[in-house]
Amino acid sequence: MPHSDPRTAEEDPNHPSAAQMEEEPAAAAVSSPPVEEDVVMAEAGEIQGVVEGTKPAAEPPSAQIEADEDRIQIKQETKSDIKLENLFDGIDSDEDEFTSSNNAQQEVETAAADAAFELLRIYYQRFFPWRYMFQWLNHSPVPTKDFKHREFSLWLHNDAVMRYQSYTTADLFRKDVLRLMPRRIEIGPVYTADPRDRKTFRNSTAFQPLAKELCFDIDLTDYDDVRTCCEGANICHKCWKFTTMAIKVMETALQEDFGFHHILWVYSGRRGVHAWVCDRKARMLEDHQRKAITSYFDVVSGKQGGTRVNIRRPLHPHLSRSLDILKDHFQQDVLELQDPWKIPERAESLLQQIPDSELREALRKKWEASPERASTAKWADIDALAQTSASSTLDPKDLLDAKQDVVLEHTYPRLDTAVSQKLNHLLKSPFVIHPGTGRICVPIDKNNLDAFDPFNVPTLQGLVREIDAWNEGENGGDAAQDGGGSSQDVRHVVQDWEKTSLKPYIEYFRSFVTALMKDEREITVKREREEEEPEVKVESLDF
Amino acid sequence: MNRIDVKRRNVLDHRKKQFADPSYKETQYPHRLNFYSTPPTADITLEQFEQWAIDRLRILAELEACSFRNKTPAETEAHMKPLLEKYLPLSASSSGHSNLHAQRQKDHYSHFILRLAFASTEDLRRRFTRVETMLFRLRFQTDDSRERAAFVRTLNLDWEPVSEEEKRALAPQLATTIGFGYGKRAQQVMDEDWCKVDWIRVPDLIEGRKVFVKAGKAYVPGSAQQSMVLNAFTKRLEQAMELTSRALPRLDEDDRLTPILNHLSKNFIAPDSSYSGSGPAIEGAEITARNIDNLSQHFPMCMAHLHRSLRRDSHLRHFGRLQYMLFLKGIGLNLEESLIFWRSSFNKITDDTFNKEYRYNVRYSYGDVGGDSNRRSGGHSPYSCQKILTEHAPGPGDAHGCPYRHFSMENLTSLLRASGVTDPQVLHGVKEDKESQKYHMACNRVFEHLHRKELKRAKDDGVMTAAQLETIVHPNEYFKRSYLLKNMGKQPQSQQQGDVKMEG
Ligand SMILES: [Zn+2]
Repeated sequence: MPHSDPRTAEEDPNHPSAAQMEEEPAAAAVSSPPVEEDVVMAEAGEIQGVVEGTKPAAEPPSAQIEADEDRIQIKQETKSDIKLENLFDGIDSDEDEFTSSNNAQQEVETAAADAAFELLRIYYQRFFPWRYMFQWLNHSPVPTKDFKHREFSLWLHNDAVMRYQSYTTADLFRKDVLRLMPRRIEIGPVYTADPRDRKTFRNSTAFQPLAKELCFDIDLTDYDDVRTCCEGANICHKCWKFTTMAIKVMETALQEDFGFHHILWVYSGRRGVHAWVCDRKARMLEDHQRKAITSYFDVVSGKQGGTRVNIRRPLHPHLSRSLDILKDHFQQDVLELQDPWKIPERAESLLQQIPDSELREALRKKWEASPERASTAKWADIDALAQTSASSTLDPKDLLDAKQDVVLEHTYPRLDTAVSQKLNHLLKSPFVIHPGTGRICVPIDKNNLDAFDPFNVPTLQGLVREIDAWNEGENGGDAAQDGGGSSQDVRHVVQDWEKTSLKPYIEYFRSFVTALMKDEREITVKREREEEEPEVKVESLDF
Repeated sequence: MNRIDVKRRNVLDHRKKQFADPSYKETQYPHRLNFYSTPPTADITLEQFEQWAIDRLRILAELEACSFRNKTPAETEAHMKPLLEKYLPLSASSSGHSNLHAQRQKDHYSHFILRLAFASTEDLRRRFTRVETMLFRLRFQTDDSRERAAFVRTLNLDWEPVSEEEKRALAPQLATTIGFGYGKRAQQVMDEDWCKVDWIRVPDLIEGRKVFVKAGKAYVPGSAQQSMVLNAFTKRLEQAMELTSRALPRLDEDDRLTPILNHLSKNFIAPDSSYSGSGPAIEGAEITARNIDNLSQHFPMCMAHLHRSLRRDSHLRHFGRLQYMLFLKGIGLNLEESLIFWRSSFNKITDDTFNKEYRYNVRYSYGDVGGDSNRRSGGHSPYSCQKILTEHAPGPGDAHGCPYRHFSMENLTSLLRASGVTDPQVLHGVKEDKESQKYHMACNRVFEHLHRKELKRAKDDGVMTAAQLETIVHPNEYFKRSYLLKNMGKQPQSQQQGDVKMEG
């Protein structure tokens, strides 16, 4: 699914309210006063639903919230009850299966909504890794502008989105989240000034996005034309393999080609992954550079029929290396697991990519004779027939090119480019809970990539059960260090997350953050040393 | 920044100083090429100030005209060569030319003077940067390769040459980024001068994987280095112009440089205009108010349409009036005749209304009234195609603009038919031109069609100069060429000069 929305990674046009309006950024822009500073600062689609200031999250959904300065109103259908699905409504297209609106169930649902709310509170209080999140974004133990000027966007349960929130410390961040209980937190760029003060700047150059991680978004809905097992928001273990191979290709290229080292892969909660490239150099990239690197990775496009892969020969080293990474996946995860050309129509589309008509006809004849022939066999037929039937016109080089194109089409990463190109694009925070699946958006250990199972990711409900079980087991397990790593006090209380299946994910995140901070320290020291040297002379403008 | 004042006084003190030795140490110019990162420090006379700027402006205007005409780089180079030699010569160090320093100083100073003249608006800044980059490219390409390499080394572009060993080690990867197909590319790799540069400095080469990238470094072949140098030139100039624009208000109003600078920038607004209205454009032609109806057969569609609208409505709105009035001025209609023409055309209003509302505007356009600068420059210049195409797009009820661009296909077709263009092939060609936004092409297509007999004869007789066969980019050029072609044999040959010139 191509994302027209410039901002959020996972959207569903069928969804109501905030998410739906965001699908029509132009319309939203027209309906809002063009002089609003937000219109200038934010992308067109972001302006509706902006609530300034601080409204309690528990406000009834039927209420009409009027933004104090922005004069943007958020109206909501009058409902007497809080429905469970509404609690997490309208943000992630991933929750589109999450429907149950039977009248008889309403009372149950109301109670369930309260319970869900309570669960969320428990999660933010006891499980969310505040400290590491802070360190991750701050790059230092002491609060810096990297954190203080960072935009957070909080999605409340009444469909309001509070943009341009910022916090001077991790604790204030935590307190505000606990007060507002957002169902989703997004992370935006670091600005030249505190985002909360943005309206005090008359001139727009004084408030500009300055830095943000380079992000990539891979979503399995974009693979619908090559996966046969599932469609849309659904995924299974078979098609998850597409994500795995995409990560391998991206990770290798980001490291080897671009020299990035701090790449965090985060499960988006249902059917995709986000990459956060956190190296300082990546964070400082300007939009045109982000656009360039996105284009560097862009290979498979034009999803409506025709040639999907358009690359020149000789193959760029990035592509020949990617093919090396992908060829085994193609054999096992595509040909065997997906069996993409099993049905005749799909087989025909493969035939269309064969560059020689004699060979194409020979293959067609053979496959029509045994329609159920497996894709693995069909793929092997191409080379076999090319050799034996000795077509007079076949250029082996063309055939090789075409086969490479087929492999890339079925395996090469498909990126939602909108996420990567803009410095001021917001992306869902790691460790947020996916509203549809209840799964936590955990980081993926790339050293153990093949072992990652999206269906085995901790859920909110699961965590609470695990805690109960741990407590019943009389604090079993050894009381290790606390969340920050000051292991001197051996008797320190065991953090709640350590008692659950969330532990390996937070530990992975912690080690990622530690390595990032260490690098950052070295860069800072180096920079300071350089700054002591005489500055490069700025071109004088006088004449 | 305060040095602006200092400099200004230095220039103004020219009478006192021009015979004295310069008080500043003179800038040295070891290289022919210049990135213009250091402002000039020595004194020059006011005359030099103006003349050098005008000479450079002439070159820049020609370059811009070349690009409007879609000339190829080779054509542009050929076209510019004699002009550059005449107005802004710049010899190689190896040439042993005795005037090297003087040439380079003029190049250096004229660039900085024009910076001041063109810093005021974003549009001027952008155009100036664009044509200066074109000029730099032209010189860069023709520079002696050794001198060029020496110059590039001084730019501190953070390039790192790729050693022979590294070339050899990376040959298979590097080979994929030069040329196409499978040839002897291993040898090509070794023959090529490669350099390493942070990938973020060459985003256009990263896009679409045009270069090999490793550990954050892009490996750029010599052939692509030119674009890097040009990018750097453009970027630095953009930044410098931005700074200059902020410093501009410091030039006082009563400064003697201000009128010169204003005059320079004004001329840049219509660079492809040789039609200031001073003197008749065509000798022997009767350019009078009563002959305009007759002459309108030679008008391009934009002006023919204005003329018809004027005749039909006895009125034209503001921008239509301006566009048409200046065009008529450009073909040689003098102020007196112009006043007669407009008075008689606006035949539904009283003398009083005309005098109150329109007379002044006509006189202003001719530089007969208005401020110093207006009078000095002889009023407005006739609009070029570029200006008509891009400024003041017409709304409903307006008659100005370019019919090829601003009319619907339907309206354009009926206008063309009414003007005698009925050949379906030509109409189809115009449609295609319009769709691909090549409005110049459409206009020239129609010109060639309407003058096909005369053009053939002119070519056969060899009476057309190369300049006269170039794409028309100015309505007045259209008129002039049309008039001359239709009156071939009746006109003295010496008048057949269609070349576009800058007004000094
Ligand atoms: Zn599946």
